[in-house]
Amino acid sequence: MDIFSATSLRRYGKPIAHAALALPLLMVIGDVYDYITTGFSVGLGANPPEALNRHLGQWALRVLILSLVITPLSTLIGSPKPVLFRRMVGLWAFAYVVLHLASYIALDKVFEWDEIWQDIVKRTFITLGMAAFVLLILLAATSTNWAVRKLKAKRWKRLHRLVYPAVILAAVHFIMMRKGLQIEPLIYAGIVAALLGFRLVGRARRGL
Amino acid sequence: MLIKQRKASDESENNVTSEWAYLNRRKLMLGAGAALIGAGAALSDLQRRDAGPRELGSLDFSQNPAFRPDEVVTPEAAVTRYNNFYEFGVSKEDPFINAWRLQTSPWSVTVDGFTDKPGTYAFEDLVDMNALQERIYRLRCVEAWSMVIPWIGVPLASIIKKLAPTSDAKYVVFETLADPAQMPGIRWPVIDWPYQEGLRMDEAMNDLAFIAVGLFGKEIPNQNGAPMRLVTPWKYGFKSIKSIVRITFSDTQPTTSWMKTGPSEYGFFSNVNPEVSHPRWSQARERRIGEFGRRDTLKFNGYGEEVADLYAGMDLRKYF
Repeated sequence: MDIFSATSLRRYGKPIAHAALALPLLMVIGDVYDYITTGFSVGLGANPPEALNRHLGQWALRVLILSLVITPLSTLIGSPKPVLFRRMVGLWAFAYVVLHLASYIALDKVFEWDEIWQDIVKRTFITLGMAAFVLLILLAATSTNWAVRKLKAKRWKRLHRLVYPAVILAAVHFIMMRKGLQIEPLIYAGIVAALLGFRLVGRARRGL
Repeated sequence: MLIKQRKASDESENNVTSEWAYLNRRKLMLGAGAALIGAGAALSDLQRRDAGPRELGSLDFSQNPAFRPDEVVTPEAAVTRYNNFYEFGVSKEDPFINAWRLQTSPWSVTVDGFTDKPGTYAFEDLVDMNALQERIYRLRCVEAWSMVIPWIGVPLASIIKKLAPTSDAKYVVFETLADPAQMPGIRWPVIDWPYQEGLRMDEAMNDLAFIAVGLFGKEIPNQNGAPMRLVTPWKYGFKSIKSIVRITFSDTQPTTSWMKTGPSEYGFFSNVNPEVSHPRWSQARERRIGEFGRRDTLKFNGYGEEVADLYAGMDLRKYF
């Protein structure tokens, strides 16, 4: 049996990928439970809302970047098989974005809606993060086969190019969130730039 | 008299895993894994890490009854493991993990600028270890979290008096050590090292301004700014500069490290003020470390009685 056949990738590869993508969430779920029930958690340290929010935000960006690796990978190896995983990875990225936002609203700001609104309109890095979230809602909402059919492949593809501004916003959100000039968010921004550059080069080669 | 009878099954003291090694067990395992893969550098790093932080000696001090607020003191584990000290790394646990590299003894401080007694002073010449007092202060970080911390030290004024600033001295500027050999965070220019902070002379002479050399009854741990750090509880935490190696008396207002990094975000005064919002964080409310919800932030972090006079007539929106 060819373990890389489309059938076995669907049958075994996908559940394995789901499990792998769920790991960053499973890692903290016990800590979150501890924090909510006892107000304290060993794993999340002295400031659990901050630690959890950063963990989820970091994984949202990582998985979103992973979703952008799939198409170039498919081109590089000359096989469409990686694309089998693209929607799944994109939806997991969205799931981490939703959790990141939920932890900010529920645990960090404890539903202080006025403060949250002030953050969104006044604090640029939060404004950018929210803008990325809005774009990703559109993409998640149109991720079904039905939506692809309804929109027609060409328009659907054009719509889903919104992932590029979304990931740029996310990378800038991360850079601006950190104080001073920090190397970690710049590494993420560099990877994003490389992945988008790969696409630009591809388009130029195809003479578009 | 307590006579301890040892059973054969009792562990001897030196066999017990140290608290430090226990708390860092995951990182130690990671270090061990990396070493096995053959990273020689990681191996030598691990061997040095084995030394762990220095033993913190106990201190003789009196409790200052004027500074014993009716508030719950933040757990020591949070105070010593949740730190911003970018010279040792930018994440909150990095200082706890990395600061053991700091050599705090001997320690000397260069004093220069407008003073009659410039020169290099030993730590012992600046801080009178026979006059130590404990003060419990609130600490409010600009990141909208806060703690309640029992510091041990001396008023900053007691040190400044020894240094005899001249009448031209209008500001005191402090500098943190910036040694890449001891401080791994310095390899990357997060800010323009060395870290600098400053106070106007009347702020520095205010009784609240404190130089801490101890914490929770012991010597201050490296990650909290050993061997001597400033504590200005009415200002955001970053003003309370750590591991001071230079004190300069200046006639002009210095441009401090965070002012250089973000002129629109950080002002020279940086007094805790819920009415003046910050581009990154609303300063109206805060999370007290250890509490689930958030509480209102107090102007001057609740120390208005002591310090509000210093800013009489000043527009605190302009002088933030």
